[in-house]
Amino acid sequence: MEITLTLNNKKITADVPPDTILLDFLRERGCPSVKCGCETSSCGLCTVLLDEKPVLSCSVLAVRTDGRSVTTLEGLQDEAAEFVGFIADQGAEQCGFCNPGYVMNTIALLRENPDPSDDEVRAYLAGNLCRCSGYEGQTRGIRAFLDARRAGKL
Amino acid sequence: MLTIDRYLRPETLEEAYEAAQKKNSVILGGMMWLRLGNRRIGTAIDLSALGLDKVEETDDAYRIGAYATLRELETHTGLNELTDFALRGALSPIVGVQFRNLATVGGSVFGRYGFSDIITLFLALNASVELYKGGVMPLSEFCRAGMLKSKERDILTCIHIPKENTVVSYKAQRNQKTDFPVLNVCAALNGGRLSVAVGARPLRASVCLFDIAQDNESETIAERTAGSLIFASNKRASEEYRQHLCRVIVRRAVDEVFAKSADGGIRSGKPNPEVI
Repeated sequence: MEITLTLNNKKITADVPPDTILLDFLRERGCPSVKCGCETSSCGLCTVLLDEKPVLSCSVLAVRTDGRSVTTLEGLQDEAAEFVGFIADQGAEQCGFCNPGYVMNTIALLRENPDPSDDEVRAYLAGNLCRCSGYEGQTRGIRAFLDARRAGKL
Repeated sequence: MLTIDRYLRPETLEEAYEAAQKKNSVILGGMMWLRLGNRRIGTAIDLSALGLDKVEETDDAYRIGAYATLRELETHTGLNELTDFALRGALSPIVGVQFRNLATVGGSVFGRYGFSDIITLFLALNASVELYKGGVMPLSEFCRAGMLKSKERDILTCIHIPKENTVVSYKAQRNQKTDFPVLNVCAALNGGRLSVAVGARPLRASVCLFDIAQDNESETIAERTAGSLIFASNKRASEEYRQHLCRVIVRRAVDEVFAKSADGGIRSGKPNPEVI
C-alpha cells in the first residue's frame, strides 16, 4: 500500500505492506534513534511524535501514518540539545539505552507544559522505563534545566 | 506475530459495517492489545476517517466518539468537571502518556476487558453505548452480553455520559504503578441512587445499585457489594484478596461520596488524582 507522510519535515512516499510496524518503517529509513525495547507497548523506548503527540511506534501500523506527520529524535536535534546536557550532568544516563525515548517524551512534555512541577514530570514520564538509574537522575536533570531556563541562564 | 493481508480505511459506517462482516476482518482500535496477539487478519478496518474521535457536549450528555483516545478524555475539562476529576484519576495510571495517546475508548469498551478502568467508571456514571446497527443500549447491558458473534459484528460508534449531578469517587489498587489494576471501584451518588461499580475482579466490571434511603451505611454497602459479586484469582491476586479489597475500597469510595455530598456535592475544582 502506498503511503505519503511527512517524516522529520520531509515529505516521503513509500510502498509498505499493511502489517509493517512504524518502528521498523522508521529504522529502515535512517532513524536508528527509534529503538525496540519491550515490543509490548510498555517501555516508551520507541517514542516518536505523531502529529506532534508522543506515541509508541511499536504499536502503530505504518499505513496509519498516511497523510500525517512523524517526528523522530533525528528531526529534533537542536531542541533536544537544550536539555540533554543537564541530564548527563546528573549522571542520569548509565547505559543510555532508554535515553531517546526519554528525550522524545520530555520534548513532548515541555511543549505541552513549559514549566512542569516535579510531580507533573514524573507523571508524564511514567511510561518511560529505565532499568539502571531509578529515575531520580532524569528528574533532577530536567529540574536543573527548568531552573536554569527560568533564571535566564539559557 | 500479527499478520495483516489488507488494510481498509472506509469512508462511511456502512462500508465499515459490510467489511466487518467478512471472516477474519478486525476493526482496529488503538491496537495496543491486538498488536500483542499471534494471528492472521484478513482485513484490518481503520475507522479513523469517520470522525469518531470527537467529544461532543449536548444539553444533557457528553457524546464520546469511539476513536477518542484515553489521553483526550484524561485532559478534557468538561468531562473531568462532571466527574470530580475521577476520570483523570482513573486514566492517568494507565501505562504512560504515549500509550494513552493511542488507546481508544472504543477499543477498551468494545473489548469489555476485565482489567478496564474506564468501563468501571462509565458503569457507575450510568453510561450508554451506541452501536451502528444495534442502536443505544445501557453499558451495563452491553457488558453483560456475550461477545458478539461473527455474524452480528456491530460497530461501536460512541458512548453517552449523561450530565447528571453526580458525586463520584474512583479508586483502584495496583501492585505496581502503570500495571493493570488488581481491583477498581467507582461509586457515584446521584440524588438517592448510589451506583457502585467494581471491575478487575478480574472478571468484567459489574454495577450494584443502592437506594440510600434504605442503605446509607458504607460498611453495609461494602459488605453487600462484596457478597453479591463473583471474584477470581490470577497471577496478580487471589479471589480471597480481591473480595477483601472490595470491602475496603468500596467503603472508602462510598465514604468519600457521602462526605462530598454532605458538603453539598460542591466540586472542588481541583484534580483528585488519588489512586490507592
